[in-house]
Amino acid sequence: MRRVLTLLRGESGAGRMVPRTGAAATLTLGASAAMGFLAMFALALTFASGRLADRWSDGLAGTATVRIEAPRAQVEPQMRAALTVLRQTPGVAEVRALSAEERAALVAPWFGEDVPVADLPLPILIAVTEAVPGYDAEGLRLRLAAEAPGAVLDDHARWRGPLVAAARRLRLLGWLSMGIIALSSAAIVTLAANAALAANARVIEVLRLNGARDDYVARAFVRRFTLRAFIGAAGGTALGAMAIALLPSADAAGGFLTGLGFRGAGWLWPLLIPPVAGAVAFAATRAAAMRQLRAVS
Amino acid sequence: MIELQDVSYAYGGEAVLRGMDLTLAPGSFHFLTGPSGSGKTTFLRLLARQLVPTGGTLRIFGDDAAAMDRDAVAGVRRRIGVVHQDLAFLDHLSVAENVALPLTVAGRSDPEAVRELLAWTGLGSRARALPPQLSGGERQRMALARAVVMSPDVVLADEPTGNVDWEMSMRLMTLLVELNRMGKTVLIATHDLGLIRAMKGRASARTLRIRDGAPELAGAGL
Repeated sequence: MRRVLTLLRGESGAGRMVPRTGAAATLTLGASAAMGFLAMFALALTFASGRLADRWSDGLAGTATVRIEAPRAQVEPQMRAALTVLRQTPGVAEVRALSAEERAALVAPWFGEDVPVADLPLPILIAVTEAVPGYDAEGLRLRLAAEAPGAVLDDHARWRGPLVAAARRLRLLGWLSMGIIALSSAAIVTLAANAALAANARVIEVLRLNGARDDYVARAFVRRFTLRAFIGAAGGTALGAMAIALLPSADAAGGFLTGLGFRGAGWLWPLLIPPVAGAVAFAATRAAAMRQLRAVS
Repeated sequence: MIELQDVSYAYGGEAVLRGMDLTLAPGSFHFLTGPSGSGKTTFLRLLARQLVPTGGTLRIFGDDAAAMDRDAVAGVRRRIGVVHQDLAFLDHLSVAENVALPLTVAGRSDPEAVRELLAWTGLGSRARALPPQLSGGERQRMALARAVVMSPDVVLADEPTGNVDWEMSMRLMTLLVELNRMGKTVLIATHDLGLIRAMKGRASARTLRIRDGAPELAGAGL
């Protein structure tokens, strides 16, 4: 901690001993800004896919739908029969037939508000809420088949499972992307630091000849690259945050892309990007400097 | 202070120095001479722990040079001031900053001492100049000022009068004699026998001549 504070406190004596390295400085600043921007989006993607996975796994867990597919004359009796079966089934907490308005609302996002959905042959839907412990889905299907042949139980498991798995994989890819961004940043900073160290080989030698310890020499380079990576990443993160903030806001349907953002305290996470970029640059530059110093007596 | 026991040094398997037994006592004054390529610079680099002996034992301030870690080497260099043959300045720093370099890297600051040293070496008016703006003699004096700014126990000078005229050479030698009178151990490597003869009467110096890779005491016939 003391080392970090020393690093950030004004231009150090060590820093003045080394001439400014223009190209390496610009490369570090620019690359860190780009990486900060990308990290911001990777972080947003990670959080969005996390929310999606939670919604699909928790939000829809414990619910099921029974759809009545029968000739028009049979719809009403079969619905009543299905409701009776469901109410008698252990493990079912609540059963409710959706009204015509509720069914129309379900298809409104696809057909629009102005389409007369009431005229469409929408199936009768019954919402089922599972109790704890739940019901025997296979047994319920058999009873429904016997007493209301047009009733089809959909417990969402068939489509929910792959979607949750996909969302979780997407979240994993988001974290992986951030890891790759961190490694790429380290590689770029290492290259820039190596270039600066090579350009200042004579300066390093003179400093050592005059009694400088390795820590002192390394500090001159570490401080520069750490601060540049921090400042670059802060700029990139700020730009990324603005871009994300300007995305269309999430609507009630909770579409995926429109939900690519942060919620509430989630906006604090991007604040970690610049310090992490600085820490990566600190470690990369220090390792490069110490490696190069070993070649000097 | 600095002891060599059967010390040898070889570059790529070829021995440059061999069988060296010598003690540099505190407050002593030595000239080291020998023809070009005889190993004078290598000998000084061994004493400043820029090189590690390939054979024998070198003790600097009591510690085995071969066993020192890098921080210990830095510590030794703060106690041994060196006037390097190539002077080794940082051209982007001013004269005053170059002279203060050993203090700066040690985390110390003593502007008064730097001012006094610049005045002592006649560079008071050149404090803000950059090294490339100095004449040969001024650069040599600046190197000497930097070598002594830490008030080291030992001062090693490698051809300190190279590329300067006789008058300037004598001025530089006078400064080194003054340092020795202050109690510093001084060793000057030079191929200029005329300079050594000229200084014989002004300092109680011993002269070492490198012959067959080892320094030996030179007689009166030098």
